[in-house]
Amino acid sequence: MVHIEAQEAAAGTKPAGPTTAWAMRGAMLREFWFYFRQNRGAVIGLAIFTIVVLIAVLAPLLAPHSPTLQNRDALLLPPIWADGGSWTYALGTDAVGRDILSRLIYGARFSLFIGVVVVTLSVTVGVVVGLIAGFFGGWIDTAIMRVMDVILAFPSLLLALVLVAILGPGLMNAMIAIALILQPHFVRLTRASVLSERNREYVISARVAGASKLRLMFVTILPNCLAPLIVQATLAFSNAILDAAALGFLGMGAQPPTPEWGTMLAEAREFILRAPWVVTFPGLAILVTVLAINLMGDGLRDALDPKLKQS
Amino acid sequence: MDDGVLLSIDGAERVFGGGRTIFGGKKPAVHAVQDVTIDVRKGETLGIVGESGCGKSTLARMIVGLDVPTGGRITFDGRDLAAEAGKDLRRLSRDVQYVFQDPVASLNPRKTIRTILEAPLIHLLRLGKPEREKRLSELMDAVNLAPEFLDRYPHEFSGGQAQRIGIARALAADPKLIVLDEPVSALDVSVQAQVLNILDGLKERFGLTYVFISHDLSVVESVSDRVAVMYFGRIVEIGAGRSIFRTPRHPYTHLLLESAPAPGRKSLLSEDADTELPDPYNPPPGCAFYARCPRRTDICNRQEPPLEAAPHQEEQLAACFNPREGA
Repeated sequence: MVHIEAQEAAAGTKPAGPTTAWAMRGAMLREFWFYFRQNRGAVIGLAIFTIVVLIAVLAPLLAPHSPTLQNRDALLLPPIWADGGSWTYALGTDAVGRDILSRLIYGARFSLFIGVVVVTLSVTVGVVVGLIAGFFGGWIDTAIMRVMDVILAFPSLLLALVLVAILGPGLMNAMIAIALILQPHFVRLTRASVLSERNREYVISARVAGASKLRLMFVTILPNCLAPLIVQATLAFSNAILDAAALGFLGMGAQPPTPEWGTMLAEAREFILRAPWVVTFPGLAILVTVLAINLMGDGLRDALDPKLKQS
Repeated sequence: MDDGVLLSIDGAERVFGGGRTIFGGKKPAVHAVQDVTIDVRKGETLGIVGESGCGKSTLARMIVGLDVPTGGRITFDGRDLAAEAGKDLRRLSRDVQYVFQDPVASLNPRKTIRTILEAPLIHLLRLGKPEREKRLSELMDAVNLAPEFLDRYPHEFSGGQAQRIGIARALAADPKLIVLDEPVSALDVSVQAQVLNILDGLKERFGLTYVFISHDLSVVESVSDRVAVMYFGRIVEIGAGRSIFRTPRHPYTHLLLESAPAPGRKSLLSEDADTELPDPYNPPPGCAFYARCPRRTDICNRQEPPLEAAPHQEEQLAACFNPREGA
């Protein structure tokens, strides 16, 4: 009794509720930021990720050299802090005299592009398929989930390799292949959330209120399943970058002279003892970006999980 | 029957499971609701009581068209309800609405109250924007909520307020019949009274008919004109609320009344170890209450007792071979 009165009192003392949808969004964003901020790693991840995005966007302004310009007079130059390094090539040059720093800066564009395309592709397909499986159930569900199980049964990189081998090497085909191997995770996740939401009372009440099937699926159920999907999407983003780098390393992804980080690693493999920096920097770039995105994903999960929030 | 009947349930039955496996073996089947026959008259409140698992909620879902009976007929205002629910749930939902047990869980956490209340106005009544605005303020007024609550989210409300929103949503479509599935069980006692009073007022104001489902006898007693007692998927006793509570004829009703806690009653009548419901996969041949019944005789274990009126009371029917006489 007392707590109800207290609640009503609290509700009464609140400033008159926001009236426009925009103000509502603002309030929700502020709340989200409040919880996101609690996780320091996540904020650091977000900061690094923002920097990477900025670098990618401003690449032509930031890069001191062209990423593909070869300088025959400066082969395998070391970075500035080593003997023989110079400010002209701050992180040294590779075997054909290209500036590594410039290539890394341009490489950020490719990595983010890969992440965005792969995640968009796998999320849209995965969510729609998962929603259908979870909502309709029965044999539709069984059929879809068995297909997904088959895809998941293959080692993911191997399957991507096979797909790229069929489609032909190249960045676009690599992205399609990676999207295909990442998409079963979204299907399963969506299906699981839909199954748990489908029989909740608010869904039944929407049915009684006359909502159509499509409306139930996309307007009533889907927004309540989004939190785990957003987290999975960020993690898939880093997975996509990692897999694309792996495919690039195996010569099945972006083709030289594209300054893609994985491809750069592959090209530098033979100089690993003589000129370790050629391998180190692309590797570090991948590591830092992937780590930042994963940290950010962790923070997102904390901020979006209503169970952690309500305590 | 007479023309005052709004909803007529005739031998309704709902079996879950059943059918055969791919190898031809029989799958077990559960009779959630068996041979239920009730008429609900226009303007009355029919209370349905029974312990958990007795089929109350299944019956409620069938009345609203969320579930289809596997046998028998349910007619609403002369229309076959089951057939209509399969074809066009919206048409049925305009006349029959549902109020849920858990008030907060029945409101979509991501939608404002306005969006929630507008849904039936848009989908069922197809009202334009100005009419919706007008109807919304009417609804909020009907359940005693301030209009500024419309732009809040469900988690900002207490249980009693949320349940009033649930009632407003059920009212929105301007239905004739509202099925209330344990509408106050999740609420504090003082809030219960408030919600019950609102329900009572709305009934007179809008000329509604209620089917009120609850396991709380005192609540049912205070709101119902007639009461049906369910046990193990069947109706064991039905009659005017007052007479059922004063002179229960079926031993199960008597047991329910005796075991309900009431002020001034020190020791509750409680049963011994074998008080569980019979195994639903393997129902007993005769009366389902046989194992628990203090008045059982041989015939009870062989035959199912029919629902019969008492000799001098036409209104009160009980399914028992050895009913309690005018105690």
